[in-house]
Amino acid sequence: MSGPADNGHVVILGAGHAGGTAAALLRQYGHAGPITLVGEEPIPPYQRPPLSKAWLKGEADADSLALKPVEFYPEAGIDFRAGVTATAIDRSAKTVALSDGATVSYDQLILATGARAIALPIPGADLPGVLFLRTAADAEALKAAIGPGKTLAVVGGGYIGLEVAASGRALGAEVVVLEREERLLARVACPALSTFFQGYHEKHGVRFELGAAVTAFDSGGGRVGGVILADGRVIPCDAAVVGVGAHPNDELAKAAGLECARGVVVDLDARSVTDPAIFAIGDVAHRPMPIYDRMFRMESVPNALEQAKQAASAITGRPRPAGECPWQWSDQYDLKLQIAGYAFDTTEVLMRGDPASGKFAIFHLKGDQVQSVEAINAPPEFMMGKILILNRKPVDKAKLADPSVSMKEVAA
Amino acid sequence: MAKITYIEHNGTEHAIDVKTGLTVMEGAVKNNIPGIDADCGGACACATCHVYVDEAWLDKTGERSAMEESMLDFAEGVEANSRLSCQIKVTDALDGLKVTMPESQH
Repeated sequence: MSGPADNGHVVILGAGHAGGTAAALLRQYGHAGPITLVGEEPIPPYQRPPLSKAWLKGEADADSLALKPVEFYPEAGIDFRAGVTATAIDRSAKTVALSDGATVSYDQLILATGARAIALPIPGADLPGVLFLRTAADAEALKAAIGPGKTLAVVGGGYIGLEVAASGRALGAEVVVLEREERLLARVACPALSTFFQGYHEKHGVRFELGAAVTAFDSGGGRVGGVILADGRVIPCDAAVVGVGAHPNDELAKAAGLECARGVVVDLDARSVTDPAIFAIGDVAHRPMPIYDRMFRMESVPNALEQAKQAASAITGRPRPAGECPWQWSDQYDLKLQIAGYAFDTTEVLMRGDPASGKFAIFHLKGDQVQSVEAINAPPEFMMGKILILNRKPVDKAKLADPSVSMKEVAA
Repeated sequence: MAKITYIEHNGTEHAIDVKTGLTVMEGAVKNNIPGIDADCGGACACATCHVYVDEAWLDKTGERSAMEESMLDFAEGVEANSRLSCQIKVTDALDGLKVTMPESQH
């Protein structure tokens, strides 16, 4: 007999969005063998994006965050092991050693170990009140630390930092964002978008310190009381959130001799290029992206879901999912930002609409092909942008720049 | 609680009791029903929870919001009874609702 019924024991290391989705999809796709899902956190897989948005503002609870209800795992025959990490992979014996002393053997192994928030290597970084935002526990600590009359310092003006700033204001806290670069979102967005977001946040009462190098956290009676800048100034705060990027948790893979770049190097099936019995998905994977003719690592939910599909399809013998256009989103105040693609090798930036209207899109072009689009409150530009990025069809730039020409007509 | 029947594109039916207050999308995802991807988890940012609402239930499920309308405008296979299931809140009035999933979610 062959087929999904006899493809053995699948062990998934990491019970985040990628790992949890892979487990559920394996069952949807008919995998009949045992599934073990190993997670470091004490709770079953949940959605992280709301942690900096709805959850922080008290508009979502633990149940609504959960990917699946807790009873789903036993009912689906998924052996979910909470509060456990893997300590070593033995590829020749096909076993994984776990932190609770157990050894689990696998036929197929999925690495979904994610990424961790980067800590600042500066004095005071371990003071109580210096927080990150990666897990539900982090979000709980942050929620407890902010509110009316409190001041929150956000170190890092990236998307996480800005979402936290918006939620902090919604909860009545004073918020100051400290960014090392001269503009917000410097690594991920174009200057026009940086300017727009800064203005929008300032309108909502957020203060910014740009070009601000943080050199230490100041102790105020056993917990953080301020942030010290390179120019000697101290920015007083009751809590600080550090959002300066994430590092892939690929140490286990490296120790097992799997090829890693920034993350575990995989093929189009999310399979390790070193070991065909091992997959890597989500934030920890360094994956090919054919539309850009290169490999890179992404940190986004759509990427985690796509790679969960790839691995589950490969394991159950389904056809590989069609190539996707990567995308991500961010919600701040009443702004919906939707980003499609990545601005690789671009030759031109084209604005469609007027930022002052609060509804516009920025297209990044390579010649006359769309490489990426950043859409603010502009779903048609986002949706059609995704299609244009994926099908590589040349666009008429004059039409694209003219908001009175519909996106359907632009793509026609 | 409302009984909702989710019908896959291939005709497979799943009748599920969904708690009121959840969305029709959440009812499917939390029960691991194939055919609704819901990549964004209900933020109305992706149009991957597209369903066709049974004609008899169109009045009770209400109108599309403006954001939903403009997302749906670019989804595949959109019909007059297309909705994004993350935008339909489950109430007792929806007990018996039937929705059908499209062939794929893009």
